[in-house]
Amino acid sequence: MNIDLSRRGFLRLAGAGVAATSLGAMGFGEAEAAEAAQVRTFRLATTTETRNTCPYCSVACGIIMYSKGDVKAGETAELLHIEGDADHPTNRGTLCPKGAALKDFVHAPTRLTHPRIRKPGSDRFEEITWDEALDRIARAMKDDRDANFIASNEAGVPVNRWTTTGFLAASASTNETAWLTYKTVRSMGIVGFDNQARV
Amino acid sequence: MTNAWTDIKNTDLVIVMGGNAAEAHPCGFKWVTEAKAHRGAKLIVVDPRYTRTASVADYYAPIRPGSDIAFLMGAIRWCMENDKVHWDYVRAFTNASFLVREDFGWSDGLFTGYDEEKRDFDKSSWDYQIGEDGFALRDPTLEDPRCVWQMLKKHVDVYTPDFVENITGTPRDKFLTVCQMIGETSAPDRTMTSMYALGWTQHSKGAQNIRGMAMLQLILGNIGVRGGGMNALRGHSNIQGLTDIGLMSNLIPGYLNIPTEKEPDWETYLSTRSFKPLQPGQTSYWQNYPKFMVSFLKAMWGDAATAENDWAYEYLPKLDVPAYDILRMFELMNHDRVNLYFCQGFNPMLSIPNREKVTRGLSRLKMLVVMDPLSTETSHFWQNHGAHNDVDTASIQTEVLELPTTCFAEDEGALVNSGRWLQWHWPGATPPGEAKYDTWIMAQIFLRVRELYRQEGGAFPDPILNLTWNYADPEEPSPAELAREMNGRALADLTDPATGAPVLQAGQQVSSFGQLRDDGTTMAGCWIYAGSWTEDGNMMARRDNSDPDDTGMFLNWAFAWPANRRILYNRASADLQGKPWDPSRKLIEWNGERWVGYDIPDIAPTAPPDVVGPFIMNQEGVSRLFSRGMMRDGPFPTHMEPFESPMANVFNPRMRGNPVARMFESDAGRLGSSDEFPFVATSYRLTEHFHYWTKHNPVNAALQPEFFVEISEELAAERGIAKGGRVRVWSKRGQVWAKAVVTKRIRPMTCDGKIVHVVGIPLHWGFMGAAKKGWGPNSLTPFVGDANVDTPEFKAFLVNIEPAAEEPVA
Repeated sequence: MNIDLSRRGFLRLAGAGVAATSLGAMGFGEAEAAEAAQVRTFRLATTTETRNTCPYCSVACGIIMYSKGDVKAGETAELLHIEGDADHPTNRGTLCPKGAALKDFVHAPTRLTHPRIRKPGSDRFEEITWDEALDRIARAMKDDRDANFIASNEAGVPVNRWTTTGFLAASASTNETAWLTYKTVRSMGIVGFDNQARV
Repeated sequence: MTNAWTDIKNTDLVIVMGGNAAEAHPCGFKWVTEAKAHRGAKLIVVDPRYTRTASVADYYAPIRPGSDIAFLMGAIRWCMENDKVHWDYVRAFTNASFLVREDFGWSDGLFTGYDEEKRDFDKSSWDYQIGEDGFALRDPTLEDPRCVWQMLKKHVDVYTPDFVENITGTPRDKFLTVCQMIGETSAPDRTMTSMYALGWTQHSKGAQNIRGMAMLQLILGNIGVRGGGMNALRGHSNIQGLTDIGLMSNLIPGYLNIPTEKEPDWETYLSTRSFKPLQPGQTSYWQNYPKFMVSFLKAMWGDAATAENDWAYEYLPKLDVPAYDILRMFELMNHDRVNLYFCQGFNPMLSIPNREKVTRGLSRLKMLVVMDPLSTETSHFWQNHGAHNDVDTASIQTEVLELPTTCFAEDEGALVNSGRWLQWHWPGATPPGEAKYDTWIMAQIFLRVRELYRQEGGAFPDPILNLTWNYADPEEPSPAELAREMNGRALADLTDPATGAPVLQAGQQVSSFGQLRDDGTTMAGCWIYAGSWTEDGNMMARRDNSDPDDTGMFLNWAFAWPANRRILYNRASADLQGKPWDPSRKLIEWNGERWVGYDIPDIAPTAPPDVVGPFIMNQEGVSRLFSRGMMRDGPFPTHMEPFESPMANVFNPRMRGNPVARMFESDAGRLGSSDEFPFVATSYRLTEHFHYWTKHNPVNAALQPEFFVEISEELAAERGIAKGGRVRVWSKRGQVWAKAVVTKRIRPMTCDGKIVHVVGIPLHWGFMGAAKKGWGPNSLTPFVGDANVDTPEFKAFLVNIEPAAEEPVA
């Protein structure tokens, strides 16, 4: 069964409950209120919970991500914690040494944050805007395709191949990314198309 | 996987060969632990290294890297000889009784039809004898010398225990113990699961390794049952999905094929795909190929795909070679025949063999575009990192664009796990800086190229201009829209052809691939995903984890392709009367009218049990012990040495590696011999790291900070290598420096009278990220792949090793 009451709600109730019953039963009046005020709220109680799956191996363990802010409500959300999803049939809450450190993968110091260009012969990357980067790519693709597209072979059979541009697709991107990538690559006639499953 | 992670708890025996699940798939491996604890299941590990999986095994046997086929054929021989065969299963559910053509044969390590010049077989003799009625001839007694059973018996006869020991280095007594344990599962109420991964795929005959075990599992009757199956553990989180959706040179989503030049028109293309049944009354489900193909073409090109223009078949590229796979593309780069290259979340600098060649290829591009959440070695291939990447930066004229993408925590959509479960996930964090969704990036690239074609015209713009792009926000198609497109929908009101009853209204999502049509009235991007997003909503987002009677099926959790089926070929879990082979492990059964049970039947629900065979995707209706001409390197697996091996092929000393694997001319000269490179190397993974990603994570980088190689105490003594000392390891392609981990986990073995030492090389280091700089095995490995699928041979190659006095000069 799924746990209907979220962990956040459960812990909030439980925390307050323990303080109220134990002290109340002993008849401490004001002390009870003072003590209740001392009970720390659960750190994750103010966070947004999101269900996701581990992006590493294909066991695909269920995870719960705790964030400050709610993406779905249009807010900026900062990821604070990740733990195994106890409701998930495969991993039942467990995570391996890779999955347990997932939060720090998301926040890795070498995450990319800006499009960059390395010019021919240069020894450095320079920042570039998305518009510039995408226009350069589209222009280069159009020019290369027009110059090298093979419309038909020597026998006159239409073959519609573009072999001078290739595309390697990921292995941890979503199906939906994969499908949009497929449509784009195939519509142009790119045949140098492969993904990580090859290795 | 034919089965699922949660099903492994149902097994009696686990054999891990060609994998290391305890380290590489730890949370999935817990189901092995469950089976051991609650069913008393046993675990066998066969591996060159005494891995962490081996450390919890009931029985461990060492094996020389690249000799698995000899082991497996030996096991088949042993089972046949000792009557450890699930006879009813073999007779009814395999092609054991089919008669093979008289002109088929095998000698000197080669099947009939070999052409040395072409490095290919003429496979015409690798087939059944076909009768006048068009059906294959059979001998149900299995006594005809040309029947598959007798042919197989003859084929494996040479693989005696002594022969196996000589080739594989597995001591005879250990090999026999494994055979005995495996053989027990031929009983109808016993089963075994095979768990394998890259340890079997990354060989020049990887596909034949896997076939070898699949054949053994069929002989034991272990396919289609709970706790059985062939279970590819798979690597990355969506490697299954990317393959399903056909992101490969020669694929169309749902395992359809991109045409070749020999199929210039639609009619020719379909003519070789009629999939006529080879036995009376069989399903041969691929007969529906045109329905899936037309629905795909309608998904791609909508109204521009019509009956008159053969559904825009002309728009598809036609291949002149089997595939422009990644190895071929890097070969072409080295000949200046590639100008632009995209790497979307892929780091070929560390994952493609012969890194020197990879670097040379990238250096010859005009433009390299890298889309990744991380700053990778590939996007920095031009940057000098001393010995770790010793390139002449100024001479590299490649323009590199590095585009920041989101990662899992920030995006939404489905990933397909090894058990074929499509599981939806939701975003819970804001992308850092200007990082963008991959879907946005792909849409931008497409729309900008399309706009250039609109404005300027150019080479055959039709497939680009007519590509379906009817998203609410064309600039950013949503995951929901894309998922619905893959599932497919009706384009017109559909009625049942038999009864005339309404099935779907135009615009409604199909609920199964059975509703797809070949007349243009349906569309579906990926037919095997039909049912994943229906009129009832997103089936991949389902989270009901109830599991009636604890079968491990979880039918209401997410969605499994095809048709939400959790165990493939599950009809084979019941006998010819439709009763479960093992009543305590019932999966589905025939109730007199239809198939019912815990899983979605892998057969028409009303197909009578004694007529329609369980392997409905095959023209035979049964499984194949003899695979006809479907694999390039033989209808039976035959022992082949790796391209670099310490010994010659005992069948044919002239034969190097796989006789039909593709070898580019420039790479043939880069193969080493055992005189120069006396040691066998094999690559592997560690539990603390995931490929080249986690070295970017300071936590994992601290857990396993430094590149090492693993050798035996004997090899260390022979070469004067100290524990923890520094070594140089080199092959015909390159060299690396590493710490030496000297262990008892790798032991020398004896093959063909020679001592064989193994060097283990983990693959988690490079020159980017938080860990100490190092190298990967791809600096050393040969540029050759499997004969059928070109997966590179990472698991068996030759190196030399020596102590290195100091750090290399940076």
